[in-house]
Amino acid sequence: MISLKKKRMLTDKIFKVIFLIFISLGLVVLAALIYDIVSKGIIMLDWEFFTRFDSRFPAKAGIKAGLFGTIYVIGLMIPITFFVGTATAIYLEEYAPKNKLTDLIKLNIANLAGIPSIIYGMLGLGVFVRYLNMGRSVLAGALTLSLLVLPVVIVSAQEALRSVPNSLRNASYALGANHWHTVYKVVLPSALPSILTGFILAISRAIGETAPLIMMGALTFVMFTPQGIMDSFTVIPIQIFNWTSLPKAEFELVAASGSLLLLILLFILNGLATFIRYRYSRK
Amino acid sequence: MSNQNVLEVKNVDFFYDDFQALENISMNIEKNKVTALIGPSGCGKSTFLRTINRMNDLIEGTRLEGNILFDGESIYQENIDVVNLRKRIGMVFQQPNPFPKSIFENVAYGPKIHGITDKIKLEEIVIESLKKAALFDEVKNRLDSSALSLSGGQQQRLCIARALAVKPEVLLMDEPASALDPVATAKIEDLIGELKNEYSIVIVTHSMQQAARVSDMTGFFLMGELVEYDKTDKIFENPSDQRTEDYITGRFG
Amino acid sequence: MSDLKNKNKKSWTSLFFDPKIRYMNSKNNKNGLVNYILILTTLVSLITTIGIIVILLTDSFHFFKEIQIFDFLTGTNWNPLIEPNKSYGVLPLVAGTMMITVGSAVIAIPVGLGSAIYLTEYSSSRFSKIIKPIMEILAGVPTVVYGYFALTFITPNILKPIFPNIQTFNALSASIAVGIMILPMVISLSEDALNAVPESIRQGAYAMGSTRFEVASRVMVPSALSGIISSFILAISRAIGETMIVAIAAGMRPQLTSSFLKPIQTMTGFIVQISMGDTPVGSLSYYTIFAVGLLLFLMTLSLNIISHLILKKYREVYQ
Repeated sequence: MISLKKKRMLTDKIFKVIFLIFISLGLVVLAALIYDIVSKGIIMLDWEFFTRFDSRFPAKAGIKAGLFGTIYVIGLMIPITFFVGTATAIYLEEYAPKNKLTDLIKLNIANLAGIPSIIYGMLGLGVFVRYLNMGRSVLAGALTLSLLVLPVVIVSAQEALRSVPNSLRNASYALGANHWHTVYKVVLPSALPSILTGFILAISRAIGETAPLIMMGALTFVMFTPQGIMDSFTVIPIQIFNWTSLPKAEFELVAASGSLLLLILLFILNGLATFIRYRYSRK
Repeated sequence: MSNQNVLEVKNVDFFYDDFQALENISMNIEKNKVTALIGPSGCGKSTFLRTINRMNDLIEGTRLEGNILFDGESIYQENIDVVNLRKRIGMVFQQPNPFPKSIFENVAYGPKIHGITDKIKLEEIVIESLKKAALFDEVKNRLDSSALSLSGGQQQRLCIARALAVKPEVLLMDEPASALDPVATAKIEDLIGELKNEYSIVIVTHSMQQAARVSDMTGFFLMGELVEYDKTDKIFENPSDQRTEDYITGRFG
Repeated sequence: MSDLKNKNKKSWTSLFFDPKIRYMNSKNNKNGLVNYILILTTLVSLITTIGIIVILLTDSFHFFKEIQIFDFLTGTNWNPLIEPNKSYGVLPLVAGTMMITVGSAVIAIPVGLGSAIYLTEYSSSRFSKIIKPIMEILAGVPTVVYGYFALTFITPNILKPIFPNIQTFNALSASIAVGIMILPMVISLSEDALNAVPESIRQGAYAMGSTRFEVASRVMVPSALSGIISSFILAISRAIGETMIVAIAAGMRPQLTSSFLKPIQTMTGFIVQISMGDTPVGSLSYYTIFAVGLLLFLMTLSLNIISHLILKKYREVYQ
């Protein structure tokens, strides 16, 4: 009996260690990844890196085209995605009756979230670039990315709206406010911080998206910045991808610099989201 | 005399972070008796019950001062084997909480983790425990169906059978009938009367009638204190503390 | 006439709005406009799905006009680009995708479930509070960066010392990177599933004298099994669709191999290769990517539906 008890205790302890190793694995990999990217990326990362266009020579390659492309595309997709995503969430949470159609819409959104991003690139190519004749433009890229992150934005905005207590809605109705007024003036403002948190995380995902933009035809080697939304463009992650596929070894360092830039953007956005969540969850 | 006491509680204080939930509780719990703990909700009776099998350990930020002796041995000393303690002190909860497994697997769970692998022996234990919990006749033809298919009262007796299967010495019951209808409640109460021949039972209840019906000893808790602890007849007929009298005559709570 | 018009309008909108609620009757014109805007935005998601299906079907139709579906699905040679021996058997790409999927699942599933158990059964709440934002960062690392990491760090620094004959592009490093990428998803969904098990069941298990491991392995995980399995399936579906990591680290050689140390090509990797190249629009080679895309879409869609069905069944257990 004693040996069985010891065995059970030992099993418990052994698995505690195994699980701890498992959960540390993620941390170790993240640390290794950050170390790798920072130590290599810092070498070529100077001011010139931001002000130069791409080049066949690693020492002269810069991210300017991708940086501006990313700013244009993301800048254009932010208002589109925020508007459509929040409005859809408001409809589904505050208006939609329970019937087959709205069930279908909800199921559809869940499924859209699981479709590989490269398929969205095919959609962008087929609909925006070819059918609507937008060409391989900033606009087509921004719309493609919008469709890609919309399911995530909608679902997180829905959760935010759902967490607004009903007592608040009732209080507004009791004062004689109509439905839209209640949603716009009462529900939306109190859900806004968590809507923003989810939205910022979705944007940070969009910044790193590569496959759909390659698929819809964004360029890889670009020597200009877009001047308008109908211009063609490249983005930071596409430039990184391009550099990783080049044979010259020094491009590895350039790619690391680009990756470092992406990681910094990611940290800033994640920090911002965490800050908003922390700040408003204390209430 | 001390042979009669299965549990000796000595000056127990209990804290959730800074909040003191129990204050200087001392009581002896006798062997093969039913001890009822009564009091208004929030008085600490459930918290006290959970100090006996150290279930409060699962809550972060809790702390106990004082001591509880089980069979003359402190259960709060270092190196105590909590797992073994909980095997010897079984517990039945307020809400029936069968595992989402078959009826058989629910009862066999305890013996299995404590090392019984022999199929015939397991079956024996399961049947014996179900019989003790007065459930066997109702479920003998469907031991393999899900425990969640049983009614609330049956689920609670299944939980009692599950607790009995590891052959505990003490059975803690935390308002075991509060979620049940009167018929199921009566069955549980009858069961308690039979089980005390073999087990020492501590039952928390908010129903004074229930305490009067099933228990030999009764302790009255109020705001984290044990106000009065005596024979059940004495408590209900001739309480010595005014607050006890106020409570059992329904003046508050 | 205008009455009739109104009536039609009402029956149409009652699909989208609950007629019992008064908001449709508002005299404020602005509110009426708001209602239509909300419907329009909501329809975007439906149109997206329809658009995806239409594009994939019409463009792969051009492909299947010339290549038999059967040959496409069962052929073991994939060579759509180089004359004269063009061949359109998709199996090497499917096999490549399967290798990456299985490889990443072997890593992410045990590690993810173990981590979720650690978070729910073993760790203090303070530890969990530190871990979660870190997992969020891990989940947010762009896949090009993971691909770069696999190619320039995992292969040369970790795998090369263990397998000296590993090639620069190989299935193993890509599998590991994809496994890391889907890990946060497995952890957070499994943790949600474990947390959805009623607390009373966990307490019941502890009160029986179970160790933490017994509570987790014999009670919590079986009770949360459908939620956990559904999280695995979603993660696998994610791995199937992952593109940049495999495009960067796994190579571009469609071949049926069982060696993880060699280069392979996945379905997504092939699609990227074609869209990076100068394949003329309208050529058969160009339409291959839509055929492969359609197959990819169907695979992930069916996995997502299975996962959804399992979850739906799971919800009914506790209610």
